[in-house]
Amino acid sequence: MATFINRLQDNRNALGLLFLAPTAVLLVLFLTYPLGLGTWLGFTDSKIGRGGAFIGLENYEFLWGDSVTRLALFNTIFYTVVASVIKFGLGLWLALLLNKHLPFKAFLRAIVLLPFIVPTALSAIAFWWIYDSQFSIISWALQRMGLINGYIDFLGDPWNARFSTIAANIWRGVPFVAITLLAGLQTISPSYYEAASLDGASPSQQFRYVTLPLLTPIIAVVMTFSVLFTFTDFQLIYVLTRGGPLNATHLMATLSFQRAIPGGSLGEGAAIATAMVPFLIAAILFSYFGLQRRAWQQGGKDT
Amino acid sequence: MNASVAQPVTTDTQGMNYLVSVPRRIVTVWLPLTAFLIVLLFPFYWMAITTFKPNEELLSREGNPFWVQHPTFAHIHKLLFETAYPDWLWNTVLVSVVSTFLSIVCSVLAAYAIERLRFRGSRYVGMSIFLAYLVPPSILFIPLATIIYKLDLFDTRLALILTYPTFLIPFCTWLLMGYFKSIPLELEECALIDGANRWQILVRIVLPLAVPGLISAGIFAFTLSWNEFIYALTFVSSSEVKTVPVGVVTELVEGDVYHWGSLMAGALFGSLPVAILYSFFVEYYVSGLTGAVKE
Repeated sequence: MATFINRLQDNRNALGLLFLAPTAVLLVLFLTYPLGLGTWLGFTDSKIGRGGAFIGLENYEFLWGDSVTRLALFNTIFYTVVASVIKFGLGLWLALLLNKHLPFKAFLRAIVLLPFIVPTALSAIAFWWIYDSQFSIISWALQRMGLINGYIDFLGDPWNARFSTIAANIWRGVPFVAITLLAGLQTISPSYYEAASLDGASPSQQFRYVTLPLLTPIIAVVMTFSVLFTFTDFQLIYVLTRGGPLNATHLMATLSFQRAIPGGSLGEGAAIATAMVPFLIAAILFSYFGLQRRAWQQGGKDT
Repeated sequence: MNASVAQPVTTDTQGMNYLVSVPRRIVTVWLPLTAFLIVLLFPFYWMAITTFKPNEELLSREGNPFWVQHPTFAHIHKLLFETAYPDWLWNTVLVSVVSTFLSIVCSVLAAYAIERLRFRGSRYVGMSIFLAYLVPPSILFIPLATIIYKLDLFDTRLALILTYPTFLIPFCTWLLMGYFKSIPLELEECALIDGANRWQILVRIVLPLAVPGLISAGIFAFTLSWNEFIYALTFVSSSEVKTVPVGVVTELVEGDVYHWGSLMAGALFGSLPVAILYSFFVEYYVSGLTGAVKE
C-alpha cells in the first residue's frame, strides 16, 4: 500500500487526476450535466412531475410566435444595453474621481463597493419601498420641490417600471465597474501623464490618448462580465415587479422561471433559458475580440 | 487657475495635483463624488431609518420623513419572534460556511494540480474552468431542479450546499491559480530534493504562502453564497429551510398589506453580517474582485 502511494506521488498525471477529482465530480454533476440536460429539456414537453417526450423544435416554434416571449426578448436587450452603457459611463467617471489622490481613499473605496456586496434581493426590497406608489420618498421630495403634482407610479406603468428597474440595476452595478476600472487606472504609470502634459496635452487629450488606450483591455473584461450579469439578471426583477406590469419588465430569466417553476412547463422554461445562450456567446465574443483588437492596434499589451 | 495654492510637492504620489486649484477641485471632484456617495448609500440609510419608524410615521406624508420622531423596536421584535427569520439567518450562515469551505478545499487541490503538477491536458482543464465561470445560474436552475429532485435532495440545505460550489469553485480555482503562479518554483524543487512529497509541499509550503489568496477566495465565496437567490428560491420550499434573501422576499410579504418596517428590518439584518465581515477584509475582497477580472 505504501509503495502504491509513493508511486502515485511520483506520477504527475495520476496525482493531477486525483487532485482534480472532487472538483470534476461536482462540476460535471451540477454544471456540465445540467447544461446538456437543459438543452435536451428544451426539445421536450416535460412538465413538473413527469418526464417529457422529444418534440423537436416545437417549443421554439411556439415561443417564436408567443408575444410575451418576444416582449421579454426586447426587454432583456433594452435592459442590458441601457443599463450597461450607463453603468460603464458612471463607473468610469467614479473610477476617475476615486483615482485622484483623495484623503480616506481606502475608506471611500470600501463604502463605494457596499451596494455590490449586499444581497441584491434585499437591496431590491429597499428599492421596492423607495418606489412605493403612495409613500415613495422620491415622489415626496420631488413634490416638496414643486417639480411634480401627483405621486409617480414607479412600478405600475410599463415604461416607468422599465426605467425604475434599470436604475436599480445601475445602482448595484456601478460599484463593480468603478472598482475594477480603478484597479486598472492604478496600473497606469504617472510618468505617462507627465510626459503628455509636457507635450502640451490638455486633460481631455490625456484621457483620450493615454488613459483610454491603456485601459481598453480591462474595460473589455469588465464590460463582458457586466453584460453577462445584466443579461441574465433575475433577482432584481423578481423582487421588484415579478415581470409586471403587463409583462413590461419580464426578462428572459424571469420568464423562464415563471413558465417552468410556478407554471410547471419545464420544457418551455428550459427552451427560453437555452435561447439566452447564443446572445451570451455573441456578447462575450463581441466585447472580447472587438475591444481586444483595438487595444492591440493602439499598442496595448497583447494579453 | 490663478488661485492655485502653493502645496509642497513632498511625494511623487501627489502627481500633478498641485496644478489644480482648490475651488476647481471642489467642483470637479468633491461635488460629483458626494453625489455618487449619497445615491449609493441612500438605500441603506432608508433601510435603517424605516426599521425604527413606527407605522404611523411610515404611512404619513406629513413631517420630515428623513428622520425618526419616535423610534420603535416593534418591527425588529416582530421579525425575530413572530417569523422564522432566526431560522433563515441560521440556514444562510450554515449553507454559506459549508459551501465556501467545500469550494475552497476543491479549488486548492484543482488549482495546484493545474498550475503546478502540469499533468497532461492541464491547460485545457484550466480553460474549461474559466468557461465554467461564465455559465450563469439563471440558465442552469431548471435542469438542476430536476436533478435535485431525482437525487431526493429537494427542500434540503444539502441541495444548496452541493449546488453553490458550481459557481464558487470556478471562481476560486481561477483566483488561486494566479496566486500559486506567483510562488517561486524553486521553493518546491528544494522541498522535493529534501524528500518532501507533493502533499507535504502543498500543505507546508504552498498553502502558507498563499494565505492572502485563500482569504480573498474565502471572503468572496462567502459573500456570493450569502447573496445567492435563484437556486435557493427554486430548490427549497419549506420555511424552516429557506435562506434570508428568499425568506424575506417570499414570506414577509403578506397579501396587499406591506409591513415595510419588518421588511426593511429583515433586509437590514440580512445585509449587516456580510457587510461587517466585508469591512474586516476589504483589501482582500477588492484584490479578489480585481484579480479575477485582470487575469
